Amino acid sequence: MEPAEIVQHSGGVIGASWLMIALPLLGAAILLLTGRRSDRAGHLLGVAMSLASFVVAVLVFFELIGLGADSRRRVVELYDFLPSGSLDVKMGLLLDPLSISFALLITGVGSLIHIYSIGYMAHDPNRRRFFAYLNLFVAAMLLLVLADNYLGLYIGWEGVGLASYLLIGFWQHKPSAAVAAKKAFIVNRVGDMGLALGIFVIFTTFGTISYAGTLPLAGNASTGTLTLISLALLLGACGKSAQVPLQSWLLDAMEGPTPVSALIHAATMVTAGVYLVVRSGAFFEGAPTAQLVVTIVGVVTLLAGAIIGTAKDDIKKALAGSTMSQIGYMMLAAGLGPAGYAVAIAHLIAHGFFKASMFLGAGSVMHAMNDEVNMRRYGGLASVMKITWITFGLGYLAIIGFPLLSGYWTKDGIIEAAMEHNQILGWLAVLGAGITGFYMSRLFFMTFHGRRRWEEGVHPHESPAVMTWPLIILSIGSVFGGAFLILGNRMFEFLAPAVGRPEEAPTVHAISTIGLVTLAVVAVGAVYAWLRYGRAAVPEVAPRGSFLTTFARRDLYGDALNEALFMRPGQWLTRIAVFFDNRGIDGLVNGLAAAIGGTSGRLRRVQTGFVRSYALSIFFGAALLVGAWFVVGNL
Amino acid sequence: MTTHYLVLSALLFAIGGIGVLVRRNAIVVFMCVELMLNACNLAFVAFARQHGNLQGQIIAFFVMVVAAAEVVVGLAIIVTIFRTRRSASVDDANLLKY
Repeated sequence: MEPAEIVQHSGGVIGASWLMIALPLLGAAILLLTGRRSDRAGHLLGVAMSLASFVVAVLVFFELIGLGADSRRRVVELYDFLPSGSLDVKMGLLLDPLSISFALLITGVGSLIHIYSIGYMAHDPNRRRFFAYLNLFVAAMLLLVLADNYLGLYIGWEGVGLASYLLIGFWQHKPSAAVAAKKAFIVNRVGDMGLALGIFVIFTTFGTISYAGTLPLAGNASTGTLTLISLALLLGACGKSAQVPLQSWLLDAMEGPTPVSALIHAATMVTAGVYLVVRSGAFFEGAPTAQLVVTIVGVVTLLAGAIIGTAKDDIKKALAGSTMSQIGYMMLAAGLGPAGYAVAIAHLIAHGFFKASMFLGAGSVMHAMNDEVNMRRYGGLASVMKITWITFGLGYLAIIGFPLLSGYWTKDGIIEAAMEHNQILGWLAVLGAGITGFYMSRLFFMTFHGRRRWEEGVHPHESPAVMTWPLIILSIGSVFGGAFLILGNRMFEFLAPAVGRPEEAPTVHAISTIGLVTLAVVAVGAVYAWLRYGRAAVPEVAPRGSFLTTFARRDLYGDALNEALFMRPGQWLTRIAVFFDNRGIDGLVNGLAAAIGGTSGRLRRVQTGFVRSYALSIFFGAALLVGAWFVVGNL
Repeated sequence: MTTHYLVLSALLFAIGGIGVLVRRNAIVVFMCVELMLNACNLAFVAFARQHGNLQGQIIAFFVMVVAAAEVVVGLAIIVTIFRTRRSASVDDANLLKY
């Protein structure tokens, strides 16, 4: 079935859906413009704006549900944004099941992260600024998913990049944070270039960049054009979603405060790439090669992220590896076409819950351990931090796919869809699930169980209620979210008007052969982790490890590769340019100036100051002129 | 007839020119300049007579006006220099150089 037609809409809550973006943006503007004056109540304003945006999103959602399934794609025209010749961009918002799913996730999980940050950032002198950036982040991400054209998406895309730069480098007094922020921004530029090129090609092909004017007409374009568009968009998606080969910024992005990591990984930013691929599904479906590339990128990333996750001792970096890996699953599913879109988005939402829960849980642990991030100095925290332990544990069980929890439904859905599409992809996804079982269990056991390996003078305590309540709500989502979305094909039916659907709906089994195999592989990984990190003592200083451990610790040499391939040649190029500039261009200019200076230095000796010698030169000059006149006159 | 006047004019001009080049006393140099100007005047007037019109004579008047103005400024400068340096030699006033 083709996606439903996009129709104009005005009035009602849907007509006022621009408030979703405007409110957090207003919050950010107020907090940034009033400066220190709003320090005292700034965080409350930030939370209020985010919550208000969430309320609008919920109201819009219900009004959209109230419409018939086939008329759930509404465009709200806002204003004429760029009337310039043949490019006439009308800014509008597209409200359909896909965008509202994202909007609910962004505002819902985003609001919980806002609330959590009140407690987490309580002692930071710049808390107001932090909330301003959080609001900006939410607003930019909402613009990204709600815009009804590629330019609006691009603006939101860049806004997200800006907000992530500001937040990753929030503690800019730390050089590592400043560098990480720059790295995230620069790596994202590479992806943004891809997105921009993709939009250019879309414009030259279709003459417009609105979704309504391009996506339904994708069939008119040639396969080659669609492949070009899709690959360019995929490059953009790789940048934002930290997919191989543009994954290197994500691990360094852990320099930001922990709620930022939760926001980037769960609700915003990294999900943007998946959104782009699913939203532009019509292009990808017309370009099988590009779809194949998407699935390959997904599988490579899910394995790379998982392998990196196994070796990290920094709790946040291990979680970052797992995000890479989970987004890889989503990309894999998104590359499968309509059969995979629903399960990709379902996994994205479920992941939003359990990853936010775990990141915020990790923040809670760091809060208790004096900002220690090394898991080798954790251990035995389960007894002192009961709520964090339980909520983190539920998130952990959800991500490894413990039966009946979120990840079980959504990840199995992806693995089954991949298996149907291509056996190799399916088995690699199963392998990824096994590694996930191992590294998440390792993380969990090293943090909450085993011997206490705390530093001297650390007295862990449970975090305040303002931090634990978001954890509890998120963990409820991580337990039931997956079942709610997958059972009865709920997500599939809901998204069908937006992304289309294959002829037959996928059948959902609570128990399937592939599911059992996956479960067994995950169990092997988890048990092995328990043997090594739960039962056996964990050394406080990381052992040197084998060649493979080093390989994983060094992020699969991704940074080394980037340095060798891009940074060094770039440096050489600049060095050559500097040399050429100094010696070549400057030499020419300076040489000319020196020649003129030297000549005039000699010539000024002619100015003797003796009037009579001047008179003599005038005389000779006159004689010369007269002589010349005679010669010329006689010719 | 004009030739005689022109020869005289050339002689006067040459004397004036040589005087400007070889004499050191500013007053004498100045007088030599006047001599050159008047040699030109003579040539102008001689040509005016030969051609039977007044253009040469008018130019001669212009030259005299300019020469008068020049004398005013020039003598003032010479007097000022003499007052400060106690010398009217053009070779002494040689500070304006490289």
